[in-house]
Amino acid sequence: MAALLEVKNLSVSFDTAAGEVQAVRDVSFSLSGGEVLAIVGESGCGKSVLCRSIMKLLPDNARMKSGQILLDGADVTGYRERDMRRLRGRMFSMIFQDPMTSLNPTLPIGRQIGEAVLVHQPKLKRAAVRRRVLELMELVGIEDPEARYSLYPHNFSGGMRQRSVMAIALAANPRLLFADEPTTALDVTIQAQILDLLRDIQQKLGTAAVLVSHDLGVVARAADRVAVMYAGKIVETGTVEEIFYHPRHPYTWGLMRSLPAFARDGQPLYTIPGMPPALVDPPRGDAFASRNEYALAIDYEEMPPLFRITDTHYAATWLLDPRAPAVTPPVGGEPDV
Amino acid sequence: MSDALLSIQHLTHCFRLGKKQVLRAVDDVSFDVRPGEIFGLVGESGSGKSTIARCVMNICQPSEGKIFFDGIDVCSPKERRAHRKLLQTKRQIIFQDSSSSLNQRMTVADIIAEPMSIHHITPKRGSCRAEAEFQLHYVGMDPSYLDRYPAELSGGMRQRVAIARALSMEPALLVADEPIASLDVSIQAQIINLFKHLQEEHGFTFLFIAHDLAVVRYLCDRAAVLYHGKIVEIAPTKELFSNPLHPYTQALLSAIPIPDPRRERARPLRVYTPGPVTGQLAEASPGHLVLREEEPG
Repeated sequence: MAALLEVKNLSVSFDTAAGEVQAVRDVSFSLSGGEVLAIVGESGCGKSVLCRSIMKLLPDNARMKSGQILLDGADVTGYRERDMRRLRGRMFSMIFQDPMTSLNPTLPIGRQIGEAVLVHQPKLKRAAVRRRVLELMELVGIEDPEARYSLYPHNFSGGMRQRSVMAIALAANPRLLFADEPTTALDVTIQAQILDLLRDIQQKLGTAAVLVSHDLGVVARAADRVAVMYAGKIVETGTVEEIFYHPRHPYTWGLMRSLPAFARDGQPLYTIPGMPPALVDPPRGDAFASRNEYALAIDYEEMPPLFRITDTHYAATWLLDPRAPAVTPPVGGEPDV
Repeated sequence: MSDALLSIQHLTHCFRLGKKQVLRAVDDVSFDVRPGEIFGLVGESGSGKSTIARCVMNICQPSEGKIFFDGIDVCSPKERRAHRKLLQTKRQIIFQDSSSSLNQRMTVADIIAEPMSIHHITPKRGSCRAEAEFQLHYVGMDPSYLDRYPAELSGGMRQRVAIARALSMEPALLVADEPIASLDVSIQAQIINLFKHLQEEHGFTFLFIAHDLAVVRYLCDRAAVLYHGKIVEIAPTKELFSNPLHPYTQALLSAIPIPDPRRERARPLRVYTPGPVTGQLAEASPGHLVLREEEPG
């Protein structure tokens, strides 16, 4: 199956006063049509930068140092702003974290969705635009769209706003949807609804999605595949079952063990010691080594390559080297259902 | 007089939205917080959690009802003036957004020591700096951070500084208004452990406000579920999670995401159809109160 999106050895840096910040370091992944890939990691690990660099929405001081981005087989790495504009919306679009700031508070919701429809089909008649908007509103689960067409964002609840943002993103039937922490600003009760909606739409329209999140519960619900990022690199990638039931990277173990859901009664929660490294001058070797209780001597010397575990599951840790001592993972295992 | 450290009785707070519209953000809420416990307040956004915290801290003046802290009615201006110093030192609050609750132009040492200079308290450990160092150590930070500015710290570190500032007054009650909502998973665990440690080893009392139920289940001794300004259920945490009685609590509990793909996807979504919440809290079992509809007639 041909990949819809293929990223090869992408590195992105920011030029700042403090020096070059290496936000994304040598990241490769691919995504086929209709698939949901979740990118998980702590804040500052480069998740959002990775998404934005694919859409070329980075600020001016960002620089793509190396790498290739293939969209549906076409190399878009060298595309200029004018070429990218044609792709945005049609080929891919994005849902941002905060639904309040991504909507215009002075325009009715229907107009805002209509705006997105008109940008892609400028010759559409007014009635046709309205029909399309109502259709989109229905698609994202806004009940009674006729009545809500002329309401303003402040009349909507957080969940409804996020649905409207999704309708705008879907206006031109994109083949790839980036969702940057789509549920972080929402309540738990709404969160599951929005995730199910995302999954539902994605199956109905065959849209592929990249879901950025730091919440493993969200990932468990919505993703097909997971990529765990740490300090600008993908340290483990696999199907959602592989990552949750057979995680192999110590950082993934740490992330899972620090969840209250995994805590035993009366025992303190596990915390990953130390802080993520500064990306201005990333350490030699494995960036996670200094926080890793399973670190080997070689971790401080040399960056581990991605070791293959199965055809879909890869992890970058020296523990998978045949010479490494055997370590039993502290988490994982099939659930006893 | 009950043995409660904080006693909230029939608290109501209304916001005026216009000439005719009034929003009852908190509607006839009563509960007690006992010394040494972590009391959780749970509910979705807009349910009035933060308003209760603000009323407890005298940031909002409640429309009706009374709040007793250590036997002092904090809503009465007269009593408040009489016990001003005690109230201002023994109750402390930690806000959700640590970056906006710390002064960007003060160093960590100054921030932690500021309450002492405001209240003219002689530092127990000689100097303000030594006191700040002690508090910083207490929340698990290195003294090398004393001369840093908040902007140089990560979110988790800033939240620790905010906690250290609150602790410098040796409060009896700490009100934590969503202290971990804006932090990463791994940092959240550190702050949760710190709270647990403070309670178990040093006997602090917490009013812990959160929307993350997994955290409440782990951390709190008792919890109240708020819905549209009313408490719909209040119970010891174990009881609340194993035997939720109110339909809203059940819906809320069913919404906790499980970090396990197969179980998470098999989880049915319970939708709570919101209706007007009326009725009285009735005791279902000892210590477990639930809002019951009043019998018609």
